[in-house]
Amino acid sequence: MTATVTVSVVSERPAALAGMPRLPWPWAAAGLGALVICCAVGVLVGPVHIGVGAVVQALIGGQVDPGQANILWSLRFPRVVLGVLVGGTLAVSGAAYQGVFRNPLADPYLLGAAAGANLGATLAIAFAPGTSILGVNIIPLAAFVGAGAAVAGAYALGRSVTGLRSATGLILAGVAIAAFFNSIQSYVQQTQTASIRQVYSWILGRLVTAGWDDVLLILPYVILSAAAIFVHRRLLDALTLGEDEVTSLGIPVRRVRLIVVVAATLGTAAVVAVAGTIAFVGIIVPHAIRLLIGRSYRVVIPLSMLFGAAFLVLADAGARTVVAPAELPIGVITAFLGAPFFIAVMRSTRAAAL
Amino acid sequence: MSDVVLAGVSVAYDGAPVVWDLDLSVASGEWLALIGPNGAGKTTILRAIARLVPFRGAISIGSRAVTELSSREVARQVAVLVQEPQMPVGMTVSQYVLLGRAPHLGYLGKESARDRGIVREVVRRLSMEELASRPLDRLSGGERQRAAIARALAQQAPVLLIDEPTSSLDVGRQQSVLELIDQLRREQELTVIAAMHELTLAGQYADRLALLVDGRLAAVGPAAEVLTERAITEHYRAQVRVIQMNGSGTAVVPVRS
Repeated sequence: MTATVTVSVVSERPAALAGMPRLPWPWAAAGLGALVICCAVGVLVGPVHIGVGAVVQALIGGQVDPGQANILWSLRFPRVVLGVLVGGTLAVSGAAYQGVFRNPLADPYLLGAAAGANLGATLAIAFAPGTSILGVNIIPLAAFVGAGAAVAGAYALGRSVTGLRSATGLILAGVAIAAFFNSIQSYVQQTQTASIRQVYSWILGRLVTAGWDDVLLILPYVILSAAAIFVHRRLLDALTLGEDEVTSLGIPVRRVRLIVVVAATLGTAAVVAVAGTIAFVGIIVPHAIRLLIGRSYRVVIPLSMLFGAAFLVLADAGARTVVAPAELPIGVITAFLGAPFFIAVMRSTRAAAL
Repeated sequence: MSDVVLAGVSVAYDGAPVVWDLDLSVASGEWLALIGPNGAGKTTILRAIARLVPFRGAISIGSRAVTELSSREVARQVAVLVQEPQMPVGMTVSQYVLLGRAPHLGYLGKESARDRGIVREVVRRLSMEELASRPLDRLSGGERQRAAIARALAQQAPVLLIDEPTSSLDVGRQQSVLELIDQLRREQELTVIAAMHELTLAGQYADRLALLVDGRLAAVGPAAEVLTERAITEHYRAQVRVIQMNGSGTAVVPVRS
């Protein structure tokens, strides 16, 4: 049986209808440009001066001073690449969580990923420092497992209480799980005083990296997560309708929600495992894009990847230079730079659009 | 054919029965109005037909049981216009209408040029081209209702379920929305099932009325048969006068004694 509707489609190509959702290319180009500039800043900034020429030579395999080449390839390049992965993932995961939960305050840590990662890392630092499994340091592994366990726990709890009918049940379950994990984490942190400083610095987040190991460790998860969210961008737009309306369009709401939450959690758990909990990126980047450029997820998702990555690389460059030779936790910079920018954006656009 | 047949349909929410053993058939191209006091089960019946709520009994559209269809197939047969459609902030009219193409796309599919062409035609048909790039939150109440109708129309489903199409509209806009639905029904041979609380308008636009009381069918038939003073007084606990308006329908007028 076929639809009997007789809307005729004209064969010649009339002018396209205004207001159709599409990625604005000037903004995409601007995002790409911002990312390139921020990466350049990230590579050029550091205690040892390395000129643009040397960086370009290193990248194209030309003649570079071996000391400089070593600094670039083993310190600065991996750090910038890690910043790109972490920033892009946090921004995209935040956007995805906000879409799935229809909650502007949702961030990638909403369902307890941060609390779980913190607990896992704290336990590893306190009780098994320096251990590695299959050549991988135990701290990121423990953080990854902790983050996954917390979100899975929240999901199971939310499901048992409200049967996933409402996103609110899931959010409340996440709050409860996070509080529980935080209490255990605080207890371990307070009783294991020898490791308190290391735990504290881990929790505040940083991109101090052992090199390419961390990049390679998270790369598969980050790519999988970003790709899964990216292909759901049309469906995330549909989820902004009411529950009955989306369902009546034949869209399997629960499946979409589950896949997107799992993908965003996987990415978040991976980046939290190597970079700690970097606050604020997952909230301000997607919202700034919504306020300045557009609210369709076809716009928000790809641009969050670009601008989130650029923002974090820039914030990391700041974290390395402000109190050099010491380093600030990157969360200090993301909030210090991000909050005033975000307030300015909110004031200059219609607050009603939130 | 897109006739809708309900046989022995019962619906319960959390064990509490809302609709009891309902038999109802709506012919292809017919407009049936579901009337009845608040809580009679009008919305629930619409939700059952669109398979938004589990039910016992059988519902078929064009002789195919809805329970045998995938949810995308149901969405290609039945478009739903809910009472208060969510109008996402910042979404343009075009983008909103484009969502109506979802049942024709694969899970991760992308709208084709054909889908966009259909949206363009629907927007033109409803004379909304000027509003195409306007955000939904900057539309008036009547324009929002037209946008919602456009989204349902873009679904190209032969059956249109409407929950209270005219609530919160003034009398002129009520008429223009109902006229529009009626024109579209004739042009595109749609079967319309609408929950309506305005009894006079229900009688003027629908071919038949089905009066529901406490989840059961109390009467079904043309307006002149269903809209009687006795029935309305009994089931709505209202004092009304029913006036036959010589070819202009049946007016139900509240009176104060």
